[in-house]
Amino acid sequence: MAAAEEASRPFAGLSDVSISEDIPVEGDISVPVASSRRDEEFSTLDEPVKETILRDLRAVGNKFIHVLYPKRSSALLRDWDLWGPLLLCVTLALLLQGGAADSDDQGGPQFAEVFVIIWFGSIIITLNSKLLGGTISFFQSLCVLGYCIMPLTAAMAVCRIVLIGGSGTVSFAVRLVVVTASFGWSTFASTAFLADSQPPNRKALVVYPVFLFYFVIGWMILTFSPSQ
Amino acid sequence: MASPDDLQFQEFEEAAELLSADPGASTLSMSASNNTTTATAAAAAAGGGGGGGGEDVKLDLSEDEEGQEESSELLGGQKATGGFWTFEYYQSFFNVDTMQVLDRVKGSVMPLPGRNFIKHHLRNNPDLYGPFWICVTLVFSVAISGNLSTFLSKMGDPAYHYRPQFHRVTIAAVVIFMYAWLVPIGVWGFLTWRQGNERQIGGYSFLETVCVYGYSLFIYIPTSVLWIIPYEWLRWTLILVAMAISGSVLVLTFWPVVRDDTKVMAVATVATIVVLHMLLAIGCKLYFFQTGVLLPTPATDPTTPPIHTTLSTQRH
Repeated sequence: MAAAEEASRPFAGLSDVSISEDIPVEGDISVPVASSRRDEEFSTLDEPVKETILRDLRAVGNKFIHVLYPKRSSALLRDWDLWGPLLLCVTLALLLQGGAADSDDQGGPQFAEVFVIIWFGSIIITLNSKLLGGTISFFQSLCVLGYCIMPLTAAMAVCRIVLIGGSGTVSFAVRLVVVTASFGWSTFASTAFLADSQPPNRKALVVYPVFLFYFVIGWMILTFSPSQ
Repeated sequence: MASPDDLQFQEFEEAAELLSADPGASTLSMSASNNTTTATAAAAAAGGGGGGGGEDVKLDLSEDEEGQEESSELLGGQKATGGFWTFEYYQSFFNVDTMQVLDRVKGSVMPLPGRNFIKHHLRNNPDLYGPFWICVTLVFSVAISGNLSTFLSKMGDPAYHYRPQFHRVTIAAVVIFMYAWLVPIGVWGFLTWRQGNERQIGGYSFLETVCVYGYSLFIYIPTSVLWIIPYEWLRWTLILVAMAISGSVLVLTFWPVVRDDTKVMAVATVATIVVLHMLLAIGCKLYFFQTGVLLPTPATDPTTPPIHTTLSTQRH
Protein backbone atom coordinates (compact mmCIF):
# COMPACT_ATOMS: atom_id res chain seq x y z
CA MET A 1 0.00 0.00 0.00
CA ALA A 2 2.77 2.43 0.95
CA ALA A 3 4.73 1.45 -2.14
CA ALA A 4 1.73 2.10 -4.37
CA GLU A 5 1.20 5.53 -2.81
CA GLU A 6 4.88 6.36 -3.27
CA ALA A 7 4.73 5.23 -6.87
CA SER A 8 1.62 7.24 -7.62
CA ARG A 9 3.00 10.53 -6.19
CA PRO A 10 5.22 11.42 -9.20
CA PHE A 11 2.20 10.71 -11.43
CA ALA A 12 -0.27 12.61 -9.24
CA GLY A 13 -0.55 15.30 -11.83
CA LEU A 14 -1.36 12.87 -14.54
CA SER A 15 -4.29 11.25 -12.81
CA ASP A 16 -6.71 12.91 -15.17
CA VAL A 17 -4.76 11.97 -18.29
CA SER A 18 -6.12 9.01 -20.14
CA ILE A 19 -3.81 6.60 -21.75
CA SER A 20 -4.39 6.18 -25.47
CA GLU A 21 -4.36 2.78 -26.92
CA ASP A 22 -1.47 3.72 -29.27
CA ILE A 23 1.03 3.89 -26.44
CA PRO A 24 2.11 0.35 -25.65
CA VAL A 25 1.99 -0.54 -22.03
CA GLU A 26 5.05 -2.54 -21.21
CA GLY A 27 5.65 -4.65 -18.23
CA ASP A 28 5.04 -8.09 -16.94
CA ILE A 29 2.85 -8.66 -13.94
CA SER A 30 2.42 -12.37 -14.34
CA VAL A 31 4.93 -14.97 -13.05
CA PRO A 32 7.84 -15.17 -15.50
CA VAL A 33 7.58 -18.12 -17.89
CA ALA A 34 11.25 -19.07 -17.40
CA SER A 35 10.67 -20.62 -13.97
CA SER A 36 8.28 -23.26 -15.28
CA ARG A 37 10.80 -24.03 -17.99
CA ARG A 38 13.44 -24.60 -15.26
CA ASP A 39 11.10 -26.98 -13.47
CA GLU A 40 10.63 -28.97 -16.67
CA GLU A 41 14.42 -29.34 -17.03
CA PHE A 42 14.78 -30.94 -13.56
CA SER A 43 11.71 -33.10 -13.83
CA THR A 44 12.77 -36.29 -15.52
CA LEU A 45 9.36 -37.87 -15.35
CA ASP A 46 8.46 -37.17 -18.94
CA GLU A 47 11.67 -38.10 -20.66
CA PRO A 48 11.91 -41.34 -22.56
CA VAL A 49 13.26 -44.36 -20.65
CA LYS A 50 16.18 -44.70 -23.03
CA GLU A 51 17.45 -41.29 -21.97
CA THR A 52 17.24 -42.14 -18.28
CA ILE A 53 19.15 -45.36 -18.72
CA LEU A 54 21.73 -43.77 -20.98
CA ARG A 55 22.38 -41.01 -18.45
CA ASP A 56 23.11 -43.52 -15.70
CA LEU A 57 25.22 -45.64 -18.03
CA ARG A 58 27.21 -42.61 -19.05
CA ALA A 59 27.87 -41.81 -15.39
CA VAL A 60 29.01 -45.37 -14.76
CA GLY A 61 31.22 -45.36 -17.84
CA ASN A 62 32.72 -42.06 -16.78
CA LYS A 63 33.74 -43.60 -13.46
CA PHE A 64 35.23 -46.63 -15.20
CA ILE A 65 37.49 -44.25 -17.10
CA HIS A 66 38.48 -42.59 -13.83
CA VAL A 67 39.52 -45.97 -12.47
CA LEU A 68 41.52 -46.73 -15.60
CA TYR A 69 43.55 -43.57 -15.15
CA PRO A 70 43.58 -43.02 -11.41
CA LYS A 71 44.29 -39.39 -10.71
CA ARG A 72 43.42 -37.58 -7.54
CA SER A 73 40.14 -36.36 -8.87
CA SER A 74 37.04 -35.98 -6.82
CA ALA A 75 34.59 -36.94 -9.55
CA LEU A 76 34.38 -40.50 -8.29
CA LEU A 77 33.73 -39.33 -4.79
CA ARG A 78 31.29 -36.55 -5.48
CA ASP A 79 28.72 -38.40 -7.58
CA TRP A 80 28.87 -41.82 -6.08
CA ASP A 81 26.64 -44.57 -7.33
CA LEU A 82 26.49 -48.28 -6.62
CA TRP A 83 25.42 -49.45 -10.09
CA GLY A 84 28.97 -49.97 -11.22
CA PRO A 85 30.03 -52.04 -8.20
CA LEU A 86 26.91 -54.18 -8.51
CA LEU A 87 27.58 -54.78 -12.19
CA LEU A 88 31.21 -55.69 -11.54
CA CYS A 89 30.38 -57.93 -8.60
CA VAL A 90 27.76 -59.89 -10.50
CA THR A 91 30.05 -60.22 -13.54
CA LEU A 92 32.94 -61.45 -11.41
CA ALA A 93 30.77 -63.91 -9.50
CA LEU A 94 29.32 -65.28 -12.74
CA LEU A 95 32.77 -65.64 -14.30
CA LEU A 96 33.93 -67.57 -11.26
CA GLN A 97 31.20 -70.13 -11.81
CA GLY A 98 31.63 -73.19 -13.94
CA GLY A 99 34.74 -74.15 -12.06
CA ALA A 100 35.87 -77.57 -10.88
CA ALA A 101 32.78 -79.43 -9.76
CA ASP A 102 30.50 -76.73 -8.37
CA SER A 103 28.39 -79.26 -6.55
CA ASP A 104 31.44 -80.56 -4.70
CA ASP A 105 32.29 -78.50 -1.67
CA GLN A 106 35.97 -78.81 -2.47
CA GLY A 107 35.61 -76.51 -5.43
CA GLY A 108 35.84 -72.82 -5.83
CA PRO A 109 33.72 -70.19 -4.16
CA GLN A 110 30.00 -70.28 -4.72
CA PHE A 111 28.18 -67.30 -6.18
CA ALA A 112 26.90 -66.28 -2.77
CA GLU A 113 30.37 -66.55 -1.23
CA VAL A 114 31.83 -64.19 -3.83
CA PHE A 115 28.98 -61.75 -3.32
CA VAL A 116 29.32 -61.86 0.46
CA ILE A 117 33.08 -61.45 0.37
CA ILE A 118 32.94 -58.45 -1.94
CA TRP A 119 30.08 -56.61 -0.28
CA PHE A 120 30.79 -57.45 3.36
CA GLY A 121 34.47 -56.93 2.74
CA SER A 122 33.78 -53.45 1.35
CA ILE A 123 31.45 -52.63 4.24
CA ILE A 124 33.96 -53.77 6.84
CA ILE A 125 36.79 -51.81 5.23
CA THR A 126 34.59 -48.72 5.08
CA LEU A 127 33.62 -49.10 8.74
CA ASN A 128 37.27 -49.60 9.61
CA SER A 129 38.32 -46.42 7.86
CA LYS A 130 35.51 -44.44 9.46
CA LEU A 131 36.31 -45.78 12.93
CA LEU A 132 39.93 -44.77 12.46
CA GLY A 133 38.79 -41.21 11.87
CA GLY A 134 38.39 -40.99 8.11
CA THR A 135 36.45 -38.15 6.57
CA ILE A 136 35.06 -40.02 3.61
CA SER A 137 31.39 -40.88 3.70
CA PHE A 138 30.09 -44.44 3.88
CA PHE A 139 28.68 -44.74 0.38
CA GLN A 140 31.53 -42.87 -1.25
CA SER A 141 33.94 -45.43 0.14
CA LEU A 142 31.75 -48.34 -0.99
CA CYS A 143 31.60 -46.76 -4.44
CA VAL A 144 35.39 -46.42 -4.69
CA LEU A 145 36.12 -49.93 -3.46
CA GLY A 146 33.53 -51.42 -5.79
CA TYR A 147 34.71 -49.55 -8.88
CA CYS A 148 38.33 -50.51 -8.25
CA ILE A 149 37.42 -54.17 -8.67
CA MET A 150 37.26 -53.45 -12.40
CA PRO A 151 40.90 -54.38 -13.19
CA LEU A 152 40.42 -57.69 -11.39
CA THR A 153 37.22 -58.44 -13.32
CA ALA A 154 39.07 -57.72 -16.54
CA ALA A 155 41.84 -60.08 -15.37
CA MET A 156 39.24 -62.76 -14.70
CA ALA A 157 37.91 -62.45 -18.23
CA VAL A 158 41.48 -62.70 -19.59
CA CYS A 159 42.15 -65.75 -17.41
CA ARG A 160 39.10 -67.56 -18.71
CA ILE A 161 40.17 -66.87 -22.27
CA VAL A 162 43.69 -68.13 -21.51
CA LEU A 163 42.27 -71.25 -19.87
CA ILE A 164 40.40 -72.11 -23.06
CA GLY A 165 43.80 -72.58 -24.66
CA GLY A 166 44.98 -75.00 -21.99
CA SER A 167 45.84 -75.17 -18.30
CA GLY A 168 49.53 -75.99 -18.25
CA THR A 169 52.45 -74.21 -16.69
CA VAL A 170 52.64 -71.55 -19.40
CA SER A 171 49.02 -70.61 -18.97
CA PHE A 172 49.53 -70.50 -15.21
CA ALA A 173 52.50 -68.17 -15.60
CA VAL A 174 50.50 -65.86 -17.87
CA ARG A 175 47.58 -65.87 -15.47
CA LEU A 176 49.87 -65.16 -12.53
CA VAL A 177 51.36 -62.14 -14.27
CA VAL A 178 47.96 -60.79 -15.32
CA VAL A 179 46.38 -61.24 -11.89
CA THR A 180 49.35 -59.74 -10.07
CA ALA A 181 49.36 -56.71 -12.34
CA SER A 182 45.64 -56.11 -11.95
CA PHE A 183 45.82 -56.62 -8.17
CA GLY A 184 48.51 -53.95 -7.98
CA TRP A 185 46.47 -51.66 -10.21
CA SER A 186 43.33 -52.08 -8.08
CA THR A 187 45.16 -51.40 -4.84
CA PHE A 188 46.94 -48.39 -6.30
CA ALA A 189 43.73 -46.95 -7.76
CA SER A 190 41.74 -47.32 -4.55
CA THR A 191 44.46 -45.88 -2.34
CA ALA A 192 44.76 -42.92 -4.71
CA PHE A 193 41.15 -42.11 -3.92
CA LEU A 194 40.97 -43.14 -0.28
CA ALA A 195 44.33 -42.16 1.15
CA ASP A 196 43.65 -38.45 1.24
CA SER A 197 40.73 -38.81 3.59
CA GLN A 198 42.75 -40.31 6.42
CA PRO A 199 44.85 -38.70 9.13
CA PRO A 200 48.48 -39.08 8.09
CA ASN A 201 49.66 -41.28 10.96
CA ARG A 202 47.02 -43.92 10.24
CA LYS A 203 47.30 -44.25 6.48
CA ALA A 204 48.95 -47.67 6.65
CA LEU A 205 46.24 -48.93 9.01
CA VAL A 206 43.62 -48.09 6.38
CA VAL A 207 45.56 -49.26 3.33
CA TYR A 208 46.35 -52.72 4.71
CA PRO A 209 42.74 -54.02 4.76
CA VAL A 210 42.28 -52.77 1.18
CA PHE A 211 45.43 -54.67 0.21
CA LEU A 212 44.11 -57.82 1.93
CA PHE A 213 40.71 -57.46 0.24
CA TYR A 214 42.10 -57.28 -3.28
CA PHE A 215 44.63 -60.00 -2.48
CA VAL A 216 41.83 -62.40 -1.53
CA ILE A 217 39.87 -61.55 -4.68
CA GLY A 218 43.03 -62.02 -6.76
CA TRP A 219 43.57 -65.38 -5.06
CA MET A 220 40.04 -66.48 -5.97
CA ILE A 221 40.68 -65.49 -9.59
CA LEU A 222 44.07 -67.18 -9.78
CA THR A 223 42.91 -70.49 -8.33
CA PHE A 224 39.97 -70.78 -10.69
CA SER A 225 40.39 -74.12 -12.37
CA PRO A 226 37.98 -75.19 -15.07
CA SER A 227 36.11 -78.46 -14.83
CA GLN A 228 37.46 -81.15 -17.13
CA MET B 1 50.30 -21.83 46.05
CA ALA B 2 53.87 -22.71 45.25
CA SER B 3 54.11 -26.40 46.22
CA PRO B 4 51.07 -27.71 44.27
CA ASP B 5 52.40 -25.95 41.19
CA ASP B 6 55.79 -27.58 41.62
CA LEU B 7 54.31 -31.05 42.02
CA GLN B 8 51.98 -30.30 39.12
CA PHE B 9 54.84 -29.67 36.73
CA GLN B 10 56.60 -32.84 37.77
CA GLU B 11 53.76 -35.30 37.42
CA PHE B 12 50.96 -34.00 35.27
CA GLU B 13 52.47 -32.35 32.24
CA GLU B 14 49.33 -32.29 30.13
CA ALA B 15 47.23 -30.95 32.95
CA ALA B 16 49.94 -28.39 33.66
CA GLU B 17 49.80 -27.04 30.14
CA LEU B 18 46.05 -26.75 30.26
CA LEU B 19 46.07 -25.21 33.72
CA SER B 20 48.61 -22.63 32.65
CA ALA B 21 46.27 -21.72 29.84
CA ASP B 22 43.25 -21.52 32.14
CA PRO B 23 44.11 -21.33 35.82
CA GLY B 24 40.51 -21.60 36.87
CA ALA B 25 39.89 -24.99 35.35
CA SER B 26 39.13 -27.83 37.71
CA THR B 27 40.92 -31.09 37.08
CA LEU B 28 39.63 -34.59 37.67
CA SER B 29 41.64 -37.66 38.51
CA MET B 30 40.98 -39.87 35.49
CA SER B 31 43.28 -41.85 33.22
CA ALA B 32 45.90 -39.97 31.24
CA SER B 33 44.18 -40.16 27.90
CA ASN B 34 41.08 -38.52 29.28
CA ASN B 35 42.89 -35.57 30.81
CA THR B 36 42.47 -33.43 27.75
CA THR B 37 38.77 -34.03 27.28
CA THR B 38 37.78 -33.78 30.93
CA ALA B 39 39.97 -30.76 31.60
CA THR B 40 38.67 -28.86 28.63
CA ALA B 41 35.11 -29.88 29.39
CA ALA B 42 35.53 -28.77 32.97
CA ALA B 43 37.12 -25.54 31.83
CA ALA B 44 34.22 -24.85 29.58
CA ALA B 45 31.66 -25.71 32.23
CA ALA B 46 33.16 -24.10 35.33
CA GLY B 47 34.48 -20.76 34.19
CA GLY B 48 35.55 -18.94 37.32
CA GLY B 49 35.88 -21.54 40.03
CA GLY B 50 39.31 -20.39 41.16
CA GLY B 51 39.14 -21.52 44.75
CA GLY B 52 37.35 -24.74 43.95
CA GLY B 53 39.84 -25.48 41.20
CA GLY B 54 42.69 -25.06 43.59
CA GLU B 55 41.15 -27.51 46.02
CA ASP B 56 40.59 -30.04 43.29
CA VAL B 57 44.22 -29.73 42.26
CA LYS B 58 45.25 -30.38 45.83
CA LEU B 59 43.18 -33.54 45.99
CA ASP B 60 44.77 -34.81 42.77
CA LEU B 61 48.29 -34.30 43.99
CA SER B 62 47.69 -35.84 47.36
CA GLU B 63 47.18 -39.24 45.72
CA ASP B 64 50.38 -41.04 44.90
CA GLU B 65 51.03 -42.69 41.57
CA GLU B 66 49.65 -46.05 42.68
CA GLY B 67 46.36 -44.42 43.42
CA GLN B 68 46.42 -42.83 40.01
CA GLU B 69 47.01 -46.25 38.51
CA GLU B 70 44.27 -47.75 40.64
CA SER B 71 41.62 -45.32 39.45
CA SER B 72 42.80 -45.68 35.90
CA GLU B 73 42.61 -49.46 36.22
CA LEU B 74 39.05 -49.31 37.46
CA LEU B 75 38.16 -46.94 34.69
CA GLY B 76 40.12 -48.93 32.13
CA GLY B 77 36.98 -50.42 30.73
CA GLN B 78 34.94 -47.26 30.98
CA LYS B 79 36.99 -44.97 28.83
CA ALA B 80 34.35 -44.99 26.14
CA THR B 81 32.39 -41.82 25.64
CA GLY B 82 28.69 -41.99 25.00
CA GLY B 83 26.38 -44.95 25.01
CA PHE B 84 26.94 -48.14 23.09
CA TRP B 85 24.51 -47.00 20.41
CA THR B 86 26.66 -44.05 19.36
CA PHE B 87 29.43 -44.21 16.79
CA GLU B 88 31.90 -42.43 19.09
CA TYR B 89 31.70 -45.33 21.55
CA TYR B 90 33.19 -47.68 18.99
CA GLN B 91 35.57 -45.07 17.68
CA SER B 92 37.26 -45.04 21.07
CA PHE B 93 38.35 -48.63 20.44
CA PHE B 94 40.25 -47.63 17.30
CA ASN B 95 42.29 -44.87 18.84
CA VAL B 96 45.65 -46.14 17.66
CA ASP B 97 48.33 -45.02 15.24
CA THR B 98 50.37 -47.12 12.85
CA MET B 99 53.43 -46.99 15.10
CA GLN B 100 51.43 -48.12 18.13
CA VAL B 101 50.02 -51.13 16.30
CA LEU B 102 53.48 -52.08 15.03
CA ASP B 103 54.89 -51.72 18.52
CA ARG B 104 52.20 -54.01 19.94
CA VAL B 105 52.83 -56.58 17.24
CA LYS B 106 56.54 -56.50 18.05
CA GLY B 107 55.73 -56.98 21.72
CA SER B 108 53.66 -60.05 20.93
CA VAL B 109 56.43 -61.61 18.87
CA MET B 110 59.23 -60.97 21.34
CA PRO B 111 57.95 -61.55 24.87
CA LEU B 112 60.49 -60.65 27.49
CA PRO B 113 60.07 -61.99 31.02
CA GLY B 114 58.88 -59.24 33.28
CA ARG B 115 57.18 -57.32 30.50
CA ASN B 116 53.50 -57.69 30.92
CA PHE B 117 51.93 -57.15 27.47
CA ILE B 118 48.95 -55.30 28.85
CA LYS B 119 50.87 -53.04 31.18
CA HIS B 120 53.80 -52.38 28.90
CA HIS B 121 52.28 -52.18 25.46
CA LEU B 122 48.60 -51.51 25.83
CA ARG B 123 48.94 -48.89 28.59
CA ASN B 124 45.23 -48.47 29.14
CA ASN B 125 44.54 -48.01 25.45
CA PRO B 126 43.30 -51.37 24.23
CA ASP B 127 42.21 -51.38 20.63
CA LEU B 128 40.08 -53.62 18.49
CA TYR B 129 41.92 -52.93 15.24
CA GLY B 130 44.78 -55.34 15.95
CA PRO B 131 42.78 -58.35 17.14
CA PHE B 132 40.22 -58.08 14.35
CA TRP B 133 42.59 -57.70 11.41
CA ILE B 134 45.07 -60.21 12.79
CA CYS B 135 42.25 -62.77 13.00
CA VAL B 136 41.10 -62.00 9.44
CA THR B 137 44.65 -62.25 8.11
CA LEU B 138 45.18 -65.50 10.01
CA VAL B 139 41.99 -67.00 8.57
CA PHE B 140 43.06 -66.32 5.00
CA SER B 141 46.72 -67.22 5.54
CA VAL B 142 45.80 -70.57 7.08
CA ALA B 143 43.29 -71.40 4.35
CA ILE B 144 45.54 -70.31 1.49
CA SER B 145 48.68 -71.96 2.90
CA GLY B 146 46.78 -75.16 3.56
CA ASN B 147 45.53 -75.18 -0.01
CA LEU B 148 49.06 -74.56 -1.34
CA SER B 149 50.60 -77.28 0.82
CA THR B 150 47.99 -79.80 -0.35
CA PHE B 151 48.75 -78.84 -3.93
CA LEU B 152 52.51 -79.15 -3.47
CA SER B 153 52.29 -82.49 -1.72
CA LYS B 154 50.11 -84.01 -4.44
CA MET B 155 51.72 -82.34 -7.42
CA GLY B 156 53.39 -85.46 -8.72
CA ASP B 157 50.19 -87.51 -8.60
CA PRO B 158 48.77 -87.69 -12.15
CA ALA B 159 45.29 -88.47 -10.89
CA TYR B 160 45.22 -85.32 -8.77
CA HIS B 161 43.22 -82.38 -10.03
CA TYR B 162 43.77 -79.07 -8.31
CA ARG B 163 40.88 -77.76 -6.26
CA PRO B 164 40.64 -74.37 -4.53
CA GLN B 165 38.99 -75.85 -1.42
CA PHE B 166 37.28 -72.60 -0.66
CA HIS B 167 35.11 -74.08 2.06
CA ARG B 168 38.21 -74.08 4.29
CA VAL B 169 37.97 -70.30 4.55
CA THR B 170 34.57 -70.58 6.18
CA ILE B 171 35.73 -73.25 8.62
CA ALA B 172 38.89 -71.35 9.49
CA ALA B 173 36.90 -68.16 10.04
CA VAL B 174 34.45 -69.85 12.39
CA VAL B 175 37.15 -71.57 14.43
CA ILE B 176 39.51 -68.63 14.75
CA PHE B 177 36.91 -66.02 15.52
CA MET B 178 35.25 -68.25 18.08
CA TYR B 179 38.60 -68.81 19.76
CA ALA B 180 39.49 -65.11 19.69
CA TRP B 181 36.19 -64.06 21.27
CA LEU B 182 34.82 -66.91 23.39
CA VAL B 183 38.03 -67.82 25.17
CA PRO B 184 38.72 -64.23 26.32
CA ILE B 185 35.12 -63.99 27.53
CA GLY B 186 35.64 -67.16 29.54
CA VAL B 187 39.00 -66.11 30.92
CA TRP B 188 37.84 -62.61 31.80
CA GLY B 189 34.64 -63.89 33.41
CA PHE B 190 36.54 -66.47 35.41
CA LEU B 191 39.18 -64.00 36.61
CA THR B 192 36.57 -61.40 37.51
CA TRP B 193 34.60 -63.98 39.46
CA ARG B 194 37.69 -65.12 41.33
CA GLN B 195 38.52 -61.53 42.24
CA GLY B 196 34.99 -60.60 43.08
CA ASN B 197 35.40 -61.70 46.68
CA GLU B 198 38.32 -59.42 47.41
CA ARG B 199 38.66 -55.97 45.98
CA GLN B 200 41.69 -56.43 43.78
CA ILE B 201 43.19 -53.82 41.55
CA GLY B 202 45.03 -56.09 39.21
CA GLY B 203 42.13 -57.21 37.08
CA TYR B 204 42.03 -56.64 33.37
CA SER B 205 39.09 -55.24 31.52
CA PHE B 206 37.34 -57.36 28.91
CA LEU B 207 38.77 -55.32 26.07
CA GLU B 208 42.33 -55.79 27.31
CA THR B 209 41.83 -59.55 27.46
CA VAL B 210 40.49 -59.66 23.91
CA CYS B 211 43.37 -57.45 22.85
CA VAL B 212 46.10 -59.65 24.31
CA TYR B 213 44.56 -62.77 22.83
CA GLY B 214 44.26 -61.14 19.43
CA TYR B 215 47.84 -59.92 19.36
CA SER B 216 49.14 -63.26 20.64
CA LEU B 217 47.74 -64.90 17.50
CA PHE B 218 50.00 -62.81 15.28
CA ILE B 219 52.94 -65.24 15.40
CA TYR B 220 50.81 -67.88 13.71
CA ILE B 221 50.57 -65.86 10.50
CA PRO B 222 54.23 -66.26 9.42
CA THR B 223 54.18 -69.75 10.88
CA SER B 224 51.29 -70.79 8.67
CA VAL B 225 53.04 -69.36 5.63
CA LEU B 226 56.21 -71.29 6.46
CA TRP B 227 54.18 -74.48 6.87
CA ILE B 228 53.95 -74.67 3.10
CA ILE B 229 57.44 -76.18 3.17
CA PRO B 230 56.67 -79.91 3.13
CA TYR B 231 59.02 -81.24 5.81
CA GLU B 232 57.30 -82.68 8.86
CA TRP B 233 60.18 -82.05 11.25
CA LEU B 234 60.27 -78.41 10.18
CA ARG B 235 56.54 -78.07 10.67
CA TRP B 236 56.64 -79.50 14.17
CA THR B 237 59.61 -77.30 15.08
CA LEU B 238 57.79 -74.23 13.81
CA ILE B 239 54.63 -75.05 15.67
CA LEU B 240 56.52 -75.64 18.91
CA VAL B 241 58.34 -72.34 18.57
CA ALA B 242 55.13 -70.47 17.77
CA MET B 243 53.28 -72.07 20.68
CA ALA B 244 56.13 -71.23 23.01
CA ILE B 245 56.19 -67.58 21.98
CA SER B 246 52.48 -66.87 22.01
CA GLY B 247 51.92 -69.06 25.05
CA SER B 248 54.54 -67.12 26.95
CA VAL B 249 52.89 -63.84 25.99
CA LEU B 250 49.67 -65.10 27.54
CA VAL B 251 51.37 -66.59 30.59
CA LEU B 252 53.39 -63.44 31.28
CA THR B 253 50.19 -61.43 31.05
CA PHE B 254 47.99 -63.55 33.25
CA TRP B 255 50.43 -64.88 35.84
CA PRO B 256 50.71 -61.63 37.87
CA VAL B 257 46.94 -61.51 38.16
CA VAL B 258 46.48 -65.13 39.07
CA ARG B 259 49.38 -65.69 41.44
CA ASP B 260 47.57 -63.99 44.32
CA ASP B 261 45.02 -66.76 44.22
CA THR B 262 45.50 -70.17 45.81
CA LYS B 263 48.35 -72.16 44.31
CA VAL B 264 46.12 -74.82 42.80
CA MET B 265 43.76 -72.39 41.11
CA ALA B 266 46.62 -70.29 39.81
CA VAL B 267 48.40 -73.18 38.16
CA ALA B 268 45.14 -74.63 36.87
CA THR B 269 44.12 -71.33 35.27
CA VAL B 270 47.42 -70.81 33.53
CA ALA B 271 47.52 -74.44 32.42
CA THR B 272 44.03 -74.16 30.92
CA ILE B 273 45.02 -71.05 28.98
CA VAL B 274 48.10 -72.75 27.59
CA VAL B 275 46.28 -75.99 26.73
CA LEU B 276 43.52 -74.18 24.84
CA HIS B 277 46.12 -72.27 22.89
CA MET B 278 47.95 -75.48 22.02
CA LEU B 279 44.70 -77.13 20.93
CA LEU B 280 44.02 -74.31 18.50
CA ALA B 281 47.46 -74.50 16.92
CA ILE B 282 47.58 -78.28 16.64
CA GLY B 283 43.99 -78.48 15.45
CA CYS B 284 44.67 -75.98 12.69
CA LYS B 285 47.78 -77.82 11.63
CA LEU B 286 46.12 -81.22 11.52
CA TYR B 287 43.04 -80.06 9.64
CA PHE B 288 44.44 -77.60 7.14
CA PHE B 289 47.81 -79.17 6.46
CA GLN B 290 46.96 -82.79 5.89
CA THR B 291 49.65 -84.55 3.91
CA GLY B 292 47.89 -87.90 3.64
CA VAL B 293 49.65 -89.15 6.77
CA LEU B 294 47.56 -90.43 9.65
CA LEU B 295 47.61 -88.82 13.08
CA PRO B 296 51.26 -88.62 14.13
CA THR B 297 52.11 -91.70 16.19
CA PRO B 298 54.88 -91.24 18.77
CA ALA B 299 57.96 -92.06 16.72
CA THR B 300 60.15 -92.17 19.83
CA ASP B 301 58.71 -95.45 21.04
CA PRO B 302 59.09 -98.11 18.39
CA THR B 303 58.50 -100.99 20.75
CA THR B 304 54.79 -100.36 21.28
CA PRO B 305 53.46 -101.55 17.91
CA PRO B 306 54.96 -105.06 18.19
CA ILE B 307 53.54 -105.45 21.70
CA HIS B 308 50.10 -104.48 20.45
CA THR B 309 50.24 -106.96 17.59
CA THR B 310 51.38 -109.80 19.82
CA LEU B 311 48.56 -109.07 22.23
CA SER B 312 46.00 -109.04 19.46
CA THR B 313 47.28 -112.30 18.01
CA GLN B 314 47.19 -113.86 21.45
CA ARG B 315 43.56 -112.88 21.90
CA HIS B 316 42.56 -114.35 18.62
